[in-house]
Amino acid sequence: MVACLGTITLVCSALLGVFHQLTAAPIEAAAKAKTQNAISAVLPEFDTLSELQQCEAGSYYLASKDGEIVGIAVNAQSSGFGGTLRLMVGFYTDGRICNTSVLEHAETPGLGAKCTEPAFAGQFKDFDTSVKKLSVTKDGGDVDAITASTITSRAYCKALENAVNIYQTVAQTPCECESCSEEGTCNE
Amino acid sequence: MSKLNLITKGFVKDNPTFMLLLGMCPTLATTTSAINGMSMGLATTFVLILSNMAISAIAGLIPDKVRIPSYIVVIATFVTLLQFIMQAYVPAVYDTLGLFIPLIVVNCIVLGRAEAFANKNSVFDSALDAIGVGLGFTVSLTVLGVVREVLGNGSLFGWKFMQADGILVFVLAPGAFLALAYLLVLFRKYIAKQ
Repeated sequence: MVACLGTITLVCSALLGVFHQLTAAPIEAAAKAKTQNAISAVLPEFDTLSELQQCEAGSYYLASKDGEIVGIAVNAQSSGFGGTLRLMVGFYTDGRICNTSVLEHAETPGLGAKCTEPAFAGQFKDFDTSVKKLSVTKDGGDVDAITASTITSRAYCKALENAVNIYQTVAQTPCECESCSEEGTCNE
Repeated sequence: MSKLNLITKGFVKDNPTFMLLLGMCPTLATTTSAINGMSMGLATTFVLILSNMAISAIAGLIPDKVRIPSYIVVIATFVTLLQFIMQAYVPAVYDTLGLFIPLIVVNCIVLGRAEAFANKNSVFDSALDAIGVGLGFTVSLTVLGVVREVLGNGSLFGWKFMQADGILVFVLAPGAFLALAYLLVLFRKYIAKQ
């Protein structure tokens, strides 16, 4: 009896081990492709992308074209209605939001989950935080909330605010990365 | 029982959703849209076919006392394999269904078919039975998903046919119960007529 159950679990574990080895690389590739797609979606056209950079406020990628930095993609998050809301937010070098993309959310299907749709997310294309206020109209801002999903809409704005903070931290810190000091192209 | 009958009984007589009311958790939770319902159904079918075949093959070797733990180990293995595969090759589907994939392990349809059919029938018959029940489940979930998506969101398989919002409640949990109840009535009525 014990031997039988032992054998079954042994065979099953071996099978899982093999499959884990086989799929580990594609899983990683899929996760990477997802981040890459999100970055390309939120930034203006670029040809080279830096590795993930860290600063105290959060993590970000620098995108450059012909050696000149054209934008920053920032990882931002806040807590939504159903869990963490993770966004990729792209900025132009002048501080305007270029575009946003949802990396991960756990909002209610049919309600908060609409935050991924262009009807809502499209509002943040070329959003200038120096002109418009980044909060829902109910709170006196310039963002139209999703019907019946104010909490999600607020969370989205909150995540974007965090992204703006990260952007400002990055923009104010003198860049010390190797490529910048060598080529002198960093105009942050 | 003829081979064809093994498959067709999963659709009507032994339909897991509308006749046996099994696997209600994924049924209610994942059918917010047609595509989600269909994906969940197909994922369950995949596990069901493999586990039914494996269990039918090893059933003779397993002592009666450790029967259920053995079945669960086999089922859990296939579910984890499915999870790896989905994560690697269809990450978008995995993102929407993620939470419910591990729950296939405790889906009573899978264990139910192992216990009621696979452990006393041949591998081939068990595979046919799994295909029938699995596809019956898939069709049921897709129908429920279509109804909820059309009424709740005004779209079908993601294609929006009207601009306005739908009746939101149908996408939420109460709407799942309502839609399921009315579909049950219609289904039973159709069966009673035959």
